Amino acid sequence: MSGEHLSVRNLTMYYRTIKGEVKAVVNVSFSLFKGETVAIIGESGCGKSSLAKAIIRLMPRNVSVYRGIILFNGINLMDLNEEEFRRKIRWSKIAYVPQAALNSLNPVVKVGEQMIEPLILTYKMSKREALEKAAEALRRIGINESFIDRYPFELSGGMKQRIIIATALLINPELVILDEPTSSLDVLTQANIMNILKSIKGERGLSMIFITHDISLSSELADKVAVMYAGQIVEFNAAEKFYSDPKHPYSQKLMESVPTLRTDKKLGFIPGSPPSLLDPPKGCRFAERCPLAFSRCSEDPPTIYLNGDFYVKCWLYAKE
Amino acid sequence: MGAPLLLVENLKKYFEIRKGFLGKKVYLRAVDGVSLTLARGETIAIVGESGCGKTTLGKTILRLYEPTDGRIIFDGRDITHLKWKDLKWYRCETGLVQQDPFGALPPFMTVRRILEEPLIINGIKSKREREEKVYRALERVKLTPIEDFINKYPHMLSGGQQQRLVIARATILEPKMVVADEPVSMLDASVRIEILKLLQELQYKYNQSIIYITHDLSTTKYFSERIYIMYAAQIIESAGTSELLQNPMHPYTKALLNVIPDPDPNNRFIIKDVPAGEPPNLMSPPLGCRFHPRCPNFMKGVCDVKEPPTIEVTKDHYVMCWLYG
Repeated sequence: MSGEHLSVRNLTMYYRTIKGEVKAVVNVSFSLFKGETVAIIGESGCGKSSLAKAIIRLMPRNVSVYRGIILFNGINLMDLNEEEFRRKIRWSKIAYVPQAALNSLNPVVKVGEQMIEPLILTYKMSKREALEKAAEALRRIGINESFIDRYPFELSGGMKQRIIIATALLINPELVILDEPTSSLDVLTQANIMNILKSIKGERGLSMIFITHDISLSSELADKVAVMYAGQIVEFNAAEKFYSDPKHPYSQKLMESVPTLRTDKKLGFIPGSPPSLLDPPKGCRFAERCPLAFSRCSEDPPTIYLNGDFYVKCWLYAKE
Repeated sequence: MGAPLLLVENLKKYFEIRKGFLGKKVYLRAVDGVSLTLARGETIAIVGESGCGKTTLGKTILRLYEPTDGRIIFDGRDITHLKWKDLKWYRCETGLVQQDPFGALPPFMTVRRILEEPLIINGIKSKREREEKVYRALERVKLTPIEDFINKYPHMLSGGQQQRLVIARATILEPKMVVADEPVSMLDASVRIEILKLLQELQYKYNQSIIYITHDLSTTKYFSERIYIMYAAQIIESAGTSELLQNPMHPYTKALLNVIPDPDPNNRFIIKDVPAGEPPNLMSPPLGCRFHPRCPNFMKGVCDVKEPPTIEVTKDHYVMCWLYG
């Protein structure tokens, strides 16, 4: 399909460990248009951070399998070699805010100095010019520009996180990957960061991949939702559809476990725990915990397209 | 209902901090004048952001800290300043469930040993009796079949199972009161509810009182009967759960409730009102109302001058705010 900003097709990544191969990302496909946000939700260990690292190609050395197609503006990023990817894509086109990024600021270097490094290196800007840009970026996220001369240890967690996000956006990337950007922050700080991301999204038409375990929070940004379970995307759906009517039994159970403030509901939970990614089951990976499982679930479920690119990976929707 | 199980009056806990090399003493006021009551078999929630003093409050109530001022009456006895050795009975009547289950469990002990520990300390000599209690505790928290778990080490359990073990340990002596400090914030969404339901079951079945400390208002709706909102070391609003959620009065509570999302795709089109700034430093909290620098309803000459009183605005709904003064 033309016009897609990012299209990931059958992306697969395994890690080699002493215990065997960890199948962290298996045949993952999703796509987004320019200016859209896709939320990737799932529990810890489902492979969502690995997926992010596979897209930005910042992987540990023990990766044993890495294949699939990542079309970005129509170009397959997998065809680029390491040097081309580093020069043309990483940071300048696709930025990445890793989990707990607020701890990655160097405590003994002034905030401003850390923010302008990519500007000087990528755009060969003069230091003064770069500092001006950094000050402007700070103002936009509601931090006084005098903070350019502060050290990170003088700042609160929320401020640090906002600065990290501002830094990632300084060089005007087209796509930003946010891995749990607010997971260790307070409710009000979190809302503040969501506001900032929403307004940036509106102003600049930035595309985002928003990784989170918090389903309520994902609805603050998501135009599309991808639910990950044990290394696979089991449902990829439009936000309008997903939050009111999730299709995959795992999505449904997950939604049941979300406490809501404004409506009353009966809360549920999912007994058991996800399978090991070392030796995942042959068939549907959720079958063991699924209340709707039946005989066919012992075979690998097909990808059933709902409409357009959206799909669910479940035998319940197979027509026969 | 009779006398409450726990009565806390104007509780204060200050930590002494020395500034500079020979500098003068300053105090970090982590809990500053908190009053609350807990009935038998009741669950109350203490909700606040990180650094507001909620954990210190829980630990002071458990007498893991000695209060600076105020009173704690438990089951009719004043325990505010009891000596460590006189507190042993209180330790048996209370339990603590910590936030990080793995950090709370000794990695070198098996499940059996972990659960036996409090029994040994409290003088249960008969091995058979201990074994019986261990089994009963594991059954209560549904770590079954027991034989699969009893000889395992903590790292062999999943996060949810570890937290259930922590709950089993906290309740093995069948205490009257359990303080659960963020018991599910480190767990995955799908198991959170399981753990909270387990705590609720203990409350119903064994008439245990629970103090549920959390930052997450949305779970309190389902798992507590009364909510206390804490801000900068003080309780700024308290009411029955549904009353508080439906008619929040304090501007801070309103702000909190306003920003907590429910899963709804329309959220992405709405920029929410968020009070600017951050909670104050507890070493030098602002004069008057501690929320006034961030408050959208700030009244100059009132809020920044005198600390607001706690007012019962409607029956059993208390607010510490000049708007209602």
